[in-house]
Amino acid sequence: MSEISNQLENLSYKAQQIANEASQLASSVAETSGGHSDFIIFGITVLVLACFVGYYVVWSVTPALHSPLMGVTNAISSVIIVGALLAAGPVDSNISKYFGLVAVTLAAVNIFGGFVVTNRMLSMFKKKQ
Amino acid sequence: MSTLTTAAYLVSSVLFILSLRGLSHPSTARRGNFLGILGMTIAIVTTLSNPGVLSYKEIGIAFLIGGLIGTSIAVKIQMTALPQLVAAFHSLVGLAAVFVAASAYYNPSAFNIGTVGSIPMGSLIEMSIGTAIGAVTFTGSIIAFGKLQGFVSGNPLVFKGQHFINLLLGLGIIALIVKFCIDQNQELFWLIVFASFVIGVLLIVPIGGADMPVIVSMLNSYSGWAAAGIGFTLSNNLLIITGALVGSSGAILSYIMCKGMNRSFLNVLLGGFGGEQAASAGGVKDDRQAKQGNAADAAFMMKNSKTIIIVPGYGMAVAQAQHALREMGDLLKAAGAEVRYAIHPVAGRMPGHMNVLLAEANVPYDEVLELDEINRDFSETDVAFVIGANDVTNPAAKTDKTSAIYGMPILDVENAGQVFFVKRGMASGYAGVQNELFFRDNTLMLFGDAKKVCEDIIKGLEN
Repeated sequence: MSEISNQLENLSYKAQQIANEASQLASSVAETSGGHSDFIIFGITVLVLACFVGYYVVWSVTPALHSPLMGVTNAISSVIIVGALLAAGPVDSNISKYFGLVAVTLAAVNIFGGFVVTNRMLSMFKKKQ
Repeated sequence: MSTLTTAAYLVSSVLFILSLRGLSHPSTARRGNFLGILGMTIAIVTTLSNPGVLSYKEIGIAFLIGGLIGTSIAVKIQMTALPQLVAAFHSLVGLAAVFVAASAYYNPSAFNIGTVGSIPMGSLIEMSIGTAIGAVTFTGSIIAFGKLQGFVSGNPLVFKGQHFINLLLGLGIIALIVKFCIDQNQELFWLIVFASFVIGVLLIVPIGGADMPVIVSMLNSYSGWAAAGIGFTLSNNLLIITGALVGSSGAILSYIMCKGMNRSFLNVLLGGFGGEQAASAGGVKDDRQAKQGNAADAAFMMKNSKTIIIVPGYGMAVAQAQHALREMGDLLKAAGAEVRYAIHPVAGRMPGHMNVLLAEANVPYDEVLELDEINRDFSETDVAFVIGANDVTNPAAKTDKTSAIYGMPILDVENAGQVFFVKRGMASGYAGVQNELFFRDNTLMLFGDAKKVCEDIIKGLEN
């Protein structure tokens, strides 16, 4: 009898464990799937607000510096290097990684080119002596 | 994403905003550029510290190659060639966006968006839109680059049914995106890329060379939206914020350029403006004779003037005349004249192009004024010296309702006591409209290469 009760106790313990794991799994699934759709709304919020920031900041740029503005925006739009680095990151080589490495190179051309040429332009703007 | 990573990305977003803010005045602009570099460094270092990023060696090599290429181009490029350089750089951002999206499609787990064949719908939509915008930016910028560099004819290329084909292609891309989001098929992905490449070319070929400032700004905007699209795929706010900044910057610049020509954005996009076609359409034969002067006359008259306004245009850039022009200005200042420069919003081939060229020639920026700041002063000015500009001074924009440039804001050089026009010949400007001013009593034409004319005037002033 005691053996059976022991086994039962064991079984119920295991069942509880499985139930626990299942609920954890369910909640993590809910987090990943629900998490992304949440991000879309969150991301759109950020996008809209950033457009307003961009609107006011860009209108405050003096027309004389519109060429350097294009240089800087060109350089910072290469922030997609963040995506390129993640793509190139894994150790094992596959097509995805090569695409990432190409993107890293292209973005790097832009980052360096954009900032250097802007700096060249800006260093020429001088006030009357 | 850990809290620390998110915070670091936020810092770099703020630095990017401050970097644009710095451009509100030349005295803070260099600091602004530095803040941009700092923001980018933080973004890159933060991403490299991501546990999924391990292949430092390969990344380092790729980064170094790109950095060397970018730096050497940026150091060598002539300032007159800036517009095509910027166009070329935009194309790279577009292509990079396509590669990042392709990489996310083939290895979604690196981006935390599911596994191959079962990428969530939301991510697929973002990915395919980002890809399409990136691909359009890539080929569109290449055509813009070709037109500015002279590889592709600057004349608008128009053919029958052009806009209808573009519309069909546009709808086709949307259909492909919908199908791709359902099937996740790799052929569909590459079809989207291909169709977007084609539409990028078709959208830009009908647009004439002098409309390129609008197009370069527009493509600048696109490259921002492509980055924002990738930001959604990665659930990364830094990319979204930066993309929105760049996107709105480009959009505002295109708006300013369109307003500077009194044309709607759609009118520019539909193309066909300028070039040979417009020139022949507006080509009513003109028998009037313009008064022609020589450099010695101009030197003599300007030496005896108190106030001079110089109006530079694209012709000055083509002739690389900015240095000679500045030298001429210095001599006139030494002779006691007040010399200032008036810049029309669409002068040159990119926004602010003239300001950079004059700065390169060591003209102090406080002598260079915008249309609104200086336009009233022409009536109290002895001499207006127009070098390489044409349409932006044409009074027909105010009086002739039938003119192609009617309504365009112009620099009122006609109000000055004496007007000099430095031009290669009597050809009409980009809009194909004859300039009334050439036949006025107070106008003297100085025919020749802009640089040569300036040098001749300098000789005259030195005697």
